[in-house]
Amino acid sequence: MSSKIYDCIEKIGNCIIGNKEFLTELDREIGDADHGINMARGFTEVLAVLPKDSDNISEVLKKTGMTLLSKVGGASGPLYGTAYMQAAKACAGKTALAPEDGKAIFEAVIAGIQKRGKAVRGEKTMLDAIIPASEAYSAAIDGGSSIGEALDAMCKAAEEGVEYTKTIIATKGRASYLGERSIGHQDPGATSATYTMQMIRDFIKG
Amino acid sequence: MVGIVIVSHSCKVAEGIYDLVMQMASENDHIFPAGGLEDGSIGTDAFKIREAIEKADTGDGVAVLADLGSGIMSAEMAIEMLEDDISVRIADAPVLEGAVSAAVTSTSGASLDEVIEAAEEARTASKLS
Ligand SMILES: Nc1ncnc2c1ncn2[C@@H]1O[C@H](COP(=O)(O)OP(=O)(O)OP(=O)(O)O)[C@@H](O)[C@H]1O
Ligand SMILES: [Mg+2]
Repeated sequence: MSSKIYDCIEKIGNCIIGNKEFLTELDREIGDADHGINMARGFTEVLAVLPKDSDNISEVLKKTGMTLLSKVGGASGPLYGTAYMQAAKACAGKTALAPEDGKAIFEAVIAGIQKRGKAVRGEKTMLDAIIPASEAYSAAIDGGSSIGEALDAMCKAAEEGVEYTKTIIATKGRASYLGERSIGHQDPGATSATYTMQMIRDFIKG
Repeated sequence: MVGIVIVSHSCKVAEGIYDLVMQMASENDHIFPAGGLEDGSIGTDAFKIREAIEKADTGDGVAVLADLGSGIMSAEMAIEMLEDDISVRIADAPVLEGAVSAAVTSTSGASLDEVIEAAEEARTASKLS
């Protein structure tokens, strides 16, 4: 039998791999047409190397991050690699996660991505989905919402974040070479980050 | 001698720059290209860069020259993952011109800081005057 954490990563991986063409199309508009290819290559390897039965959450997340780092190839490699490795640190020693842990994971992930990519909110990157999602999740948990409600709020904020990326100029990454011509297009990394969060929600809500 | 690692998204670019550089630094055998992914695709690979840094180091440190975008991020991750204590600096310089300046300077026996400085001067050197 496979572990829960494996099943969750598998769900994320299958979603990213299934959306390979679309993510690549988005990157064709404002980048170098490889985001879907990069992420699908990374997750194909992740699904091949992850131990199916390990319920060591931290170890599985770390292995996911290291594999993405080595196989993805684009900026999303070091960025998602760092994100999963930071999530692994935030989960160290845990065999189950509580709603509060989600807040700590978000904090670690965002700090890691910002340290690596030196981007802030509003630069048309994955952070424009992840930061609002984190805020919505934490606010919901702090306000006494159920985990299901908090995960829905998280995904709604991420989806709005993706819409918001259509309205702004890219100032980090490949898309920054396009300047104003990047307006009108949604960010590929914000899109893949939103898929990730949607899959986590669907997995937890069952 | 200060080692040099040439990072590019393309294996061909990294090796091509290496070939150009070696015309001017043929006696320097601490220069290594680290381009593309393991399977030959376009991209940057922190593990491949780490390996090149380890090969390039003789104890005097390593200067890294990188191309666009994730070249820098992957190089930074490679440095953080080093197991040995190697002093490494990434040059804020165009990869081709920077690599040539760095290689020539390194071959003259300069320090890591001097090699980086030489590479970074390539950023402002005018080609038309
Ligand atoms: N500095 C950054 N900080 C945060 N996210 C970033 C940064 N740079 C790029 N991104 C995200 O990465 C996505 C692009 O990922 P992709 O896999 O296509 O890499 P890439 O830009 O092609 O990489 P490379 O720099 O190697 O060309 C963007 O849509 C954006 O969300
Ligand atoms: Mg791309």
